[in-house]
Amino acid sequence: MSSWTDFFGGFKLTLAHIAKPKVTNSYPKVKRPKQPRQHGRHVLNRYEDGLEKCIGCELCAGVCPVNCIFVRGLDNPPDHPVSPGERYGYIYEINYLRCIHCDLCVEACPTQAITESKMFEFSFTNRADAIYTKAQLLVDDEGFPQRLPWEDWRPDEAAMTGGWMRATSPAGDATFEGIAQWSGDLGVGVRAPEAGQSEHRDDEATGSKQLRTVFSRHLQPDDVPLDQRGLQGLLKKIEERRPRRRAEEDN
Amino acid sequence: MSLGTVDPLFSNGVHVTLAILLIVIIKVVVGFAVIMGAVTIMIWFERKAISDMQSRIGPQRWGPFGLLQTLADGIKLFFKEDLIPGESDRFVFKLAPYLVLIPALITFSIVPVGGTVTVAGHVIDLQIANPPMGILVMLAMSGISVYGVILAGWASGSKYPLMSSVRASALMISYEAALGMTIVTVVLVTGSLSTHDIVTSQAHGVWHWNIIRLGLVPFVVFLISITAELNRPPFDVVEADSELVGGFNTEYSSLRFALFYLAEFMNTITMSAMIVTLFLGGPAGWVPNIPHVRWVFPILWFLVKTTGFAFGYVWFRAALPRFRYDQVMELGWKRLIPLSLGWMLIVAGFLIRPADGFAMAALVIVAWTLLSRAFELGVDRASGPGSLLPEVGGRPLPGYVIRAVSDATFDEGEES
Repeated sequence: MSSWTDFFGGFKLTLAHIAKPKVTNSYPKVKRPKQPRQHGRHVLNRYEDGLEKCIGCELCAGVCPVNCIFVRGLDNPPDHPVSPGERYGYIYEINYLRCIHCDLCVEACPTQAITESKMFEFSFTNRADAIYTKAQLLVDDEGFPQRLPWEDWRPDEAAMTGGWMRATSPAGDATFEGIAQWSGDLGVGVRAPEAGQSEHRDDEATGSKQLRTVFSRHLQPDDVPLDQRGLQGLLKKIEERRPRRRAEEDN
Repeated sequence: MSLGTVDPLFSNGVHVTLAILLIVIIKVVVGFAVIMGAVTIMIWFERKAISDMQSRIGPQRWGPFGLLQTLADGIKLFFKEDLIPGESDRFVFKLAPYLVLIPALITFSIVPVGGTVTVAGHVIDLQIANPPMGILVMLAMSGISVYGVILAGWASGSKYPLMSSVRASALMISYEAALGMTIVTVVLVTGSLSTHDIVTSQAHGVWHWNIIRLGLVPFVVFLISITAELNRPPFDVVEADSELVGGFNTEYSSLRFALFYLAEFMNTITMSAMIVTLFLGGPAGWVPNIPHVRWVFPILWFLVKTTGFAFGYVWFRAALPRFRYDQVMELGWKRLIPLSLGWMLIVAGFLIRPADGFAMAALVIVAWTLLSRAFELGVDRASGPGSLLPEVGGRPLPGYVIRAVSDATFDEGEES
C-alpha cells in the first residue's frame, strides 16, 4: 500500500547513498581488472622456433566486417622461409581507426597467427600512427608484443594475448574443454587453456580468475561463492592483495 | 525594532564624503567577489553532492576534491567558438544572457548577510543596498530574468528553445502569484518591505522567525514556488533535457552559455539566501559574547542556513522526478495560489484581532471546500466519466480515455 510517507522515499534513498561506497573509480589512477577474454590491440604470433604463423591467406581480411585489415601474401623464399608453409604474410596492416575489436579475424585465422591482447588503452594523434603495420603487430624475438610509445600496457599483461584462443572450448565442443588445440608461441610455449567448469585449470599460467571471483562485488549475496563471503572472503582478499601491493611498491 | 530604518551610513542625511564613497564601492566589489566565489563553489557543491547521491565520484581532477573544476569549465567555455544561429534575431540573442545575469546580481545586493560592522567610525550594514522597496526588487528582478529566458528562446530561431520559453512564461505567471502572496504575508507581519527590517523583526529568537510566526504554510509555498521560479528540478520543465534538449539555452555556446549557467546558479544561491532572509531570520542566531569577533557569528549563521537550503535544492534534484507540464500548472493554479491567498487572509485577520482571524479561517475553509469540489467537477466534466467532450482515442490503461480538448471540433465535424 502506498502512503503519504512514500513521497520521502526518494529523499531517504538518495541521502543513504552518500554513505555508500562509490561504484565508479578515478579511472587513470585506479584501474579495474580486465576480463579474461578482453579484446584489445592485435598481435601477430610466431611459432616457438621463431617462424611467423601468418600464411597470408587473407581470411581475416575477408571476415572483417569493417574492412580494417589489409593483407597481401607472398611465396616464401626457399632459402630463408618466413613461415613454415608455402606463403607468408608480406603486408599486414590493421587500421585502428576502423577496428571494432569484434575478434572475428581471430576466429577466422586457421593458424592462430592473429590474436588479441588485452591492451585497449592506446591513442594516437595522426592517421599514420593509427594504421599498424606488420612490423608493429608482430611479436618481438622474445615472443612479447611490441610496446609502442602511445600504448599503455599494464604489468604482466604482455603474456596474456590470445584470450579467445584459450577459451574453455573454442571449437564449440564441450568434450574438448581444457584441451589445447593450438600451437605453441615463441617465448610462451603452448598456452594453457582458460579455466572452465572442468578440473583442467591452471590459473597461474593463464592469469585468469573465476568469473564469480572477478564479479563478486556485482553479484546477489546468494550467488557469491561460499569462500568469498563475510570474514573469510575478506581475509582471502587481503591475502591476495598483499603481493600485488608489494609489486606496485617495487615499481 | 525600528521600522523604516535607513542605511546607518546615511543616518546624517546624504553627505557623500570620500570615505563613504569608498565604503560603498568596497561593499559592491566585495559583494560581487563573494557571489562569484559562491557560484563556483555552488556548482562544485551541486556536482559533488549529486554524484555522492548517485554513488559516483564526481569532479576530482582540478584542485583538491575537484574544487577548481568550475574554473576549468569556465576557461574552456571562454575559449570555445561563439556561435550565433543564422535564423536568430542577433541583437536579442546577444542581449538575453545579460537580462538573466544582471537581475541575478542585483537580487543578491538586497540580501542582508550579517549584522553591522564599525570601520573607522562608520557603522556599515553587511548588505550592499537597503532600498525602501526592498523585497519588491527581488520580485521585479525575477520578472526581468524571465524576460531573459523568453527572449533567449525566441531569438534562437529554433523550435525547442521557443517551446522552452513559452513554458518559462507560463511557469512564471503561475508561480509568481503564489510567490507574491506569501511575500505579502511576510510584509504584513513585518510592516515594512525592506529586507533589513524583515530580518531585524525576526532577530529576537527562534519563535520570532517567520517560518514559525506565520505557520509553516507560507514557508512551504514559498519554497515550492521559488523552486519553480528557479527552473530547478522537479520544476525544470523549462530546461527539461529529455524533452527539450537543453531548453532555452540550446543554441547558446561559449561565453553566452556560461552566463546563463552562472546566472542559474547565482539565482539558486540568492533564492536560498532569500528564503533564509524571509523565513529563517537571516543572520539571526546565537552569538557568544567574544569581543571584536561578535560580527562574524551572524555571517556564519547566515552561511549555515543558506548552505542548508542550497543542499536542499540539490537534494530535490536527486530525489524527485520532473513534473509533467500539466501537473506543474495544476499544482500552481489549483493548490498553491488558493492556499497562499487563503493563508494571507487568515494572517491579515489575526493581525487585526484574533476573532477576525478565526472568522477568516472559517471562511477560507469553506471557500477551500467549495473550490476543491469545483475542481473535482471541472476535471470530471473535462476528462472524467461525466465528460461532454467527444472521445477521440484511448490508451491501454483502465479507464483512460482521450477526449477532444473542446467540443468545438465536434460541432465542426457535425456541420461538415
